[in-house]
Amino acid sequence: MKKRYLITAVILLSFLSLFVGAIRISPADLLDLRSEETEIFLISRVPRLVAILLAGAGMSIAGLIMQQLSRNKFVSPTTAGTLDATRLGILVSMLMFTNATLFEKMAVSFAFALLGTFLFMQILDRIKFKDAIFIPLVGLMFGNILSSITTFFAFKANVIQNMSAWLQGDFSMIMKGRYELLYISIPVLIITYLYANRFTVAGMGEDFSKNLGLAYKRIVNIGLILVALITTTVVLTVGMIPFLGLIIPNIVSIFKGDHLQKTLPHTALLGAIFLLVCDILGRVIIFPYEISISLMVGVIGSGIFLYLLFRGKAYA
Amino acid sequence: MIQVRELTKFYGRKAVVEKVNVNIHRGKITSFIGPNGAGKSTLLSMVSRLMDADTGEVLLDKSKVKDMKSNDFAKRVAILKQSNFMNVKLTIRELVGFGRFPHCKGRLHEEDERMVDQALEYMGLMDMQEAYLDELSGGQRQRAFIAMTIAQDTDYILLDEPLNNLDMKHSVQIMKILRQLVDDLGKTVVIVLHDINFASVYSDRIVALKEGRIVKDGPTNDIINSESLREIYDMDIPIQQMKNCRICVYFNS
Repeated sequence: MKKRYLITAVILLSFLSLFVGAIRISPADLLDLRSEETEIFLISRVPRLVAILLAGAGMSIAGLIMQQLSRNKFVSPTTAGTLDATRLGILVSMLMFTNATLFEKMAVSFAFALLGTFLFMQILDRIKFKDAIFIPLVGLMFGNILSSITTFFAFKANVIQNMSAWLQGDFSMIMKGRYELLYISIPVLIITYLYANRFTVAGMGEDFSKNLGLAYKRIVNIGLILVALITTTVVLTVGMIPFLGLIIPNIVSIFKGDHLQKTLPHTALLGAIFLLVCDILGRVIIFPYEISISLMVGVIGSGIFLYLLFRGKAYA
Repeated sequence: MIQVRELTKFYGRKAVVEKVNVNIHRGKITSFIGPNGAGKSTLLSMVSRLMDADTGEVLLDKSKVKDMKSNDFAKRVAILKQSNFMNVKLTIRELVGFGRFPHCKGRLHEEDERMVDQALEYMGLMDMQEAYLDELSGGQRQRAFIAMTIAQDTDYILLDEPLNNLDMKHSVQIMKILRQLVDDLGKTVVIVLHDINFASVYSDRIVALKEGRIVKDGPTNDIINSESLREIYDMDIPIQQMKNCRICVYFNS
C-alpha cells in the first residue's frame, strides 16, 4: 500500500467524480465560464467532491484515534455512540432554538458528541471484561439507547421528518454554501498529525505513557475533542456515514501497523478513496437516480466488517 | 539513590503498603521479594509514580519526585510493568524508538537513531528489528521492552516481574542482561521477583516485604538464610551452597 498509488487513485477518482452525474458535463464545457454546465460544476460537483474527500479522510482519522485511545480495533464513532450522541445534540439544538442556525446546531451537537464519547470511555474504564468484541457491543447498545431517546423526543416534538435527514448520509444535498463547515476537519487533521506520536504512545496504555513522561489523560481528552469535532461537522453537513471509521483504520493497520505517524496519511487517503468509490457507484447503479452514501457504505462496509471479524481474534 | 520515606497506600481501608522506608542504592540490583499480596508491585508503582501514594514521599537523588516534571523524571527512571497487554502492531524498532520519547517527543534525530541502534545491538535484536511485536515469543518481546528502556537511557530501571511467563532459558537470559546493565553500563536495577533463587543468584541487595511492611532489607547474603526466609515466607527452607550461589530448596519444605 504505497502512498503514491493512493494519491494517484484519489486524483483519478476525483476526476471521475466531477464528471459523473445526472447532467452531463464534459471538460470542454468548462472552457465557457458562463455556461450552465460550468455553473453546475462549481455549485454542485466541486463542493460534492470536496465534501467527500474531507468526510472520508475525517471519519477514518476519527476512527483511528478512537481505536488507538480505547485500545480496541472495533471501536469507532459508529460503535461507541458518538454518531448517536451527535444526532441527539442536533435534536436538542432544534428544540432549544426554534430556528437553529448552523452554528448553534454545531455548538450543541459538538457538546453532545464530546459528552457521549467521554461517557463511553468512562464505561470502558469500568468494564473489567476487556473482550475485543464485547466492548463495541456495549458501545452499540449505548448508541441505541441514545438513539431511542432521540427518536422519542423527536416524535413528541413532531420533528421525526427533520431528524431522518441526519440519519442517512447523503451527498446529493451538498451544494455551495451548505458544506463549508467541513473545512474544520482540515485543521483537525493537521493537529492529529502533530499529535500522532502521542496518540501512539497513549494507545499502549496509561502506565506505558506515564513511564515515557506523557500526560496521558490530557492526550486522551484532546483525542476525544478531535473525534467529536470531526463527527459533528460530518453529521451536520452530510449525515451519518457508518462503518467508515471502523474499516479503513483496520485495513491500513493490517498492512502498515499502528505507528500513527506513518499510517495517518494512508488512513486519510484510503478513507477518501473508499468514500469516493461508494459515492460514484451510488450515482451510477440506478442512474439517473442516486443511492444514498450511507446505504452504499453500510452495505459494502458491513461486508468488510464481517470479514475483519472472521479473520479471528488473533488479530483483534 | 532513591529514598522511600514513610510510603503508605490504602486499597479501601486496608493498607497494602504501610509506612515503608527503604533506600535503593546506585549501581546495584535490588530485588523485592515476598509472598503474594505483600505489596511489592504497589511499592514499585509508587516509586515510579505510576500510582500516587496516600502518604509519604519518594526522593530521587535528594529531590522530591512529586515536584519533578514528568518528562524529566522519565529521562531518569524507567519502569516496565508485568502486564504489557499489547495489541498494538508496532515493529521492534518502532517500540524501541519510543524509548526516546522523553528526549525527542517522537521525532527521532540522528543521535536518537544511534541510541536505538545501540539498544537493539545490546539486546541482540538487530536481525529482527522489523518484526512486529505480536509475532514474537514471550522472551523476545520482553527483550524488546528492555531494549526500549535501554534506549530511554535512564539511570534507574524498575521491572515488575519481568520473568513472568518466561521459560528457564529466557529467564536466565533476561537476568544475565540485567546483571550486565548494572556491571557494564552502571545502571541501577530494581526488580520484583517471585523466584527467590533468581533473587539469590543475581541481586546485590534484597528487600523483603510481608503484609505491606518491610521485614528484611540488606545485602543478599544477609537475607538468604533459613532464619530470615522463615520470617518472610513462614516456611522452613534449607539453603544449599553451590559454588558461589546459595540455592533455596523450598520444594518439599
